[in-house]
Amino acid sequence: MFEQVKTIHKRPQRSAAEEGNFYMPRENPIGPGMNPRIQRLRKLSVETDPTISIERALHETAFYRENYGKYSIPVLRAMTFLDHCQKKTLYLGADELIVGERGPKPKAIPTFPELTCHSVEDFHVLNTRDMQRYLTAQEDIETYAREVIPYWQGRTQRERIFSHVPETWKAAYEAGLFTEFMEQRAPGHTALDSKIYRQGILEFKRQIEENIGALDYRNDPEATDKAEQWKAMSISCDAVILFAQRHADLAEGMAKTEPDPGRAQELRQIAAVCRRVPAHRPETFREAIQMYWFVHLGTITELNGWDAMNPGHFDQHLTPFYEKELAAGTLTRDEAKELLCCFWIKVNNHPAPPKVGVTARESGTYNDFTNINIGGVKGDGSDGTSEVSYLMLDVIEELHILQPGSSVHISTKTPDSFLHAAARVIRQGHGYPSIFNPDIYIREMVRQGKSLADAREGGCSGCIEVGAFGKEAYLLTGYLNVPKILEVTLNSGIDPLTGRKVGLETGNPRDFRTFDELYGAFVEQLHFVVDQKIRVSNYIDRMFAKYAPAPFLSVVIDDCIGRGRDYYDGGPRYNTSYIQCCGLGTVTDSLAAIKKHVLEEGRYTMAALLDAVARNFDGEEIMRQTIMNRTPFFGNDDDFADEIGVRVYDDLVAAIDGNPNIKEGGRYHLNMLSTTCHVYFGKVLGATPNGRLAGKAISDGTSPSHGADVNGPSAVVKSLSKLDQVKSGGTLLNQRFLPSLLKRDEDIRKLGHLVRSYFTLGGHHIQFNIVDNATLLAAQQCPDDYRDLLVRMAGYSDYFNDMNRDLQQEIIERTENEAF
Amino acid sequence: MKPFRSLSEQGNFFSDPGISIMPSGLIFDVKKYAINDGPGIRLTVFFKGCPLCCAWCHNPESISSRIQKMYNGDRCIGCMACIEACPESGCRLTPTGIITDPRRCTCCGTCADVCPTRASEMSGRIATVADLVAIAEKERVFFEQSGGGVTISGGEPLLQPDFLVSLLGELGLRSIHRTVDTTGFARSELLLKVAQRTELFLYDLKMMDSRRHKQWTGVDNGRILENLRLLASTGACINIRMPLIKGVNDDELNIEQTASFVASLPGAKKKVNILPYHNIAQGKYLRLGEKHDSSAMAEPSVEALTDAVAVFAAFGLEAIVGG
Repeated sequence: MFEQVKTIHKRPQRSAAEEGNFYMPRENPIGPGMNPRIQRLRKLSVETDPTISIERALHETAFYRENYGKYSIPVLRAMTFLDHCQKKTLYLGADELIVGERGPKPKAIPTFPELTCHSVEDFHVLNTRDMQRYLTAQEDIETYAREVIPYWQGRTQRERIFSHVPETWKAAYEAGLFTEFMEQRAPGHTALDSKIYRQGILEFKRQIEENIGALDYRNDPEATDKAEQWKAMSISCDAVILFAQRHADLAEGMAKTEPDPGRAQELRQIAAVCRRVPAHRPETFREAIQMYWFVHLGTITELNGWDAMNPGHFDQHLTPFYEKELAAGTLTRDEAKELLCCFWIKVNNHPAPPKVGVTARESGTYNDFTNINIGGVKGDGSDGTSEVSYLMLDVIEELHILQPGSSVHISTKTPDSFLHAAARVIRQGHGYPSIFNPDIYIREMVRQGKSLADAREGGCSGCIEVGAFGKEAYLLTGYLNVPKILEVTLNSGIDPLTGRKVGLETGNPRDFRTFDELYGAFVEQLHFVVDQKIRVSNYIDRMFAKYAPAPFLSVVIDDCIGRGRDYYDGGPRYNTSYIQCCGLGTVTDSLAAIKKHVLEEGRYTMAALLDAVARNFDGEEIMRQTIMNRTPFFGNDDDFADEIGVRVYDDLVAAIDGNPNIKEGGRYHLNMLSTTCHVYFGKVLGATPNGRLAGKAISDGTSPSHGADVNGPSAVVKSLSKLDQVKSGGTLLNQRFLPSLLKRDEDIRKLGHLVRSYFTLGGHHIQFNIVDNATLLAAQQCPDDYRDLLVRMAGYSDYFNDMNRDLQQEIIERTENEAF
Repeated sequence: MKPFRSLSEQGNFFSDPGISIMPSGLIFDVKKYAINDGPGIRLTVFFKGCPLCCAWCHNPESISSRIQKMYNGDRCIGCMACIEACPESGCRLTPTGIITDPRRCTCCGTCADVCPTRASEMSGRIATVADLVAIAEKERVFFEQSGGGVTISGGEPLLQPDFLVSLLGELGLRSIHRTVDTTGFARSELLLKVAQRTELFLYDLKMMDSRRHKQWTGVDNGRILENLRLLASTGACINIRMPLIKGVNDDELNIEQTASFVASLPGAKKKVNILPYHNIAQGKYLRLGEKHDSSAMAEPSVEALTDAVAVFAAFGLEAIVGG
């Protein structure tokens, strides 16, 4: 049978910081953690190199070879999943209390060749690229080339998609006008509600069996399809229960030979927990965490949906168990915290599956964007914070790990003490938790048609996007490069980087006399691009419904069981497709520059400006500096720019929002997310009229362009609040802060007041990046991008860029010393 | 190149004086999200002009009551726009950047108007009460959420009495919390008039020895101390601010005398903010084209700051380091 991997003894090859984990070796040799167990688990997780495991691909390929054509697709998918759960190598490491890994050991990531099949070259790139490497043994690459690649040639989802898309789409896609999420991974973005804490998987299975029994083959034309769907769901329930039982067997076996009686007892406890969940509903705090973790693993093993899986309002889900056990004396606060730490580390053990093709070369991120929602409101609208919420903040502060991401949810009902506690964690400078406003996102969801109760149980997953947890498929379809649309408009449909026609001929911009003429052409181009994007996204959507259904995910998302339809096929209660719009700041500032300097003040002719842009401002530094220093830019509470920003935002909403996505009344909505895509979009974009040079990143989310906001955070917040954010499915505001702005407890409180102010004005999300020295050094190299860096010292205030070198050096030294 | 209407585009500070009947004054900066100048999130307005001339001043542009040119060589790209535009032919290019001839410069601002990088800027602009109130209103949500408001700093706000009193009155009508940061070097009647329109004073105390005070700040401290006692007797809310400069006022005797004086003031116990000196403002002196000899001054050590806090504590006063 399969060899059981128990522990890994391995020296780190490189410092963990390189892979995005926050590890400060100076603290102590083993790293942070509340006790030696957590320290060891954390150290192992942080220092293990991500690797690729080909086991899943081997199992799947063998199963498909043997069985393709014998069953309906949903049943085939479920049986493949069951087969893998039966055979997969288990891992039960030393010290572990929460068990289960997707791969054969921590940070071993399977591939999903049915969607996208890595080539030998892809593996070599992943083995050797500078950032975010995934190591694959040479022997495994050879096995893959022999066993896996030949079978999937021409059969992958990605090939099906690319063989059918129209040429106009391809041209726009290759120009970088948008990306397509579903060509790399399965559509995802899923978060759970509280139902798995109320009923075990056997209970779901019983409902499914009942539905099968009640099928009306005489009258229901969909009866056969539903039957196949339900059979598949039922098999996937068996798969996950079996997976847990195998862990119970393993733990019992290990307990028999374990010399340490304490650990032997722990192993027997693990076995007991795995016998109970996920088959039955959890009774204890620990079972509740393990229940979620098995469901999490099931969904991310079945398919590789974007943004992994998300427990949703995890603190609210765990609170009843915590309170019950604390009262009964069967759990202490520290034990609860230790279990949470174990869970946190488990998530960190699961880096995102690596991409294939050209994108494999680009460094991405290991983050798979599981985003724990903390705080917020309950289903009845009351405050959702509890002692577990504070415990989670402690865990985040102590562990300093990349995953899971975390967010705090601050409604008007959330106590200041919680916001304050969260702000203290933010000050540590890990970049999280991010902060969300339930009062606004609940309205966003209600506007989209969700019931109030479902909206309140919803929240944010991935980065900033909202969804009704446990009841919605809200699929991100891809990013839209809004500044690129302006670039194409300014070249009447041609991509100036390639000379290829990628858009509509909207007229020679050199003849435009008024802002409305220019803006009208931009909007026309925008609608054309969005139309292209939606046609293909809908097509791909159907391909997933047909060829890559997700029966296990469908079990845990309402109302897939009731409707007898898959998660990808309109089974969920709500079905949303998002298009994520990038570069609002860049496009607004570019339009503002043209409006002010060309159309209103006549400082430059349109031809002169466009020629300068085409030459990447070569020889036109005076013009570029004039534009950058003399144009009202978005993010300064200046209506000249902000009105343009609002207009662009409203037109993005008009172009995207409400388009049907052909799934059970589902609609497209927009959100303003960029993740790291603003960097890629910048690379495929020439210089822009706001003075941005070719190839540089565009603005992220709804944040101002880098360095454009020079009036402090309150002005930024005011500008952002002019957007009617309720019409989005999420906006994103990143703010950079120097540690000196958060020195005293009072400063942290004021940060909280800033957040409350933004949320009062209708903000959806805000995130603070506490600037470190690397950023200050970067600011010395590229001052244009960092004009917003405020330096505050008692009674003194200045912009970092305005200080001379020596003083900048002093600030850098101070920042070093001010680390918290 | 077409010149800019720079003062107006910097944030509508320069409204047509013919339209507004409100008084106007000379300011050199308006800072949003000010978190070190009083309670909550504040808007700090810096009045230009100060009767003192403290050797350690970290806002040297605040001292003169006139508009001044500031030039930041690091930002200059040598485009020579200012040289061409200067009506007095007062700018010339040197290997180290633009040099402005002080005998020719009338501070008309033409060079700053045409400068594409803002390397040349004018410090000081006329603002009306209406302008400032409009900016304050934009920040209202932050004031309300944080218990903040407007802080009037400088320079010395009391050097522009009509402007100050009118601004305070207008802010008061709008229920905006008002803080005045003052040297205390002003006519007593004026200070009392301002006190009727101010919720909180940030009152600077530099040193107790009058001879040394004059040596380091240019003025005697007699009136400052008298005014502080008078102000305290009216029941005004006052926080004491003490810059601590190694080699100037960090001796035990001075700190003790300061603490003793503050402890003897009538009314509620005063909070004390100790502001450690830093020579970070060097760049501003450079931009003003002024020489600044900081050799006699140094940053106080952490121990010195802790000791100073302890001295105040011995007099029953709560002192904290920082604004």
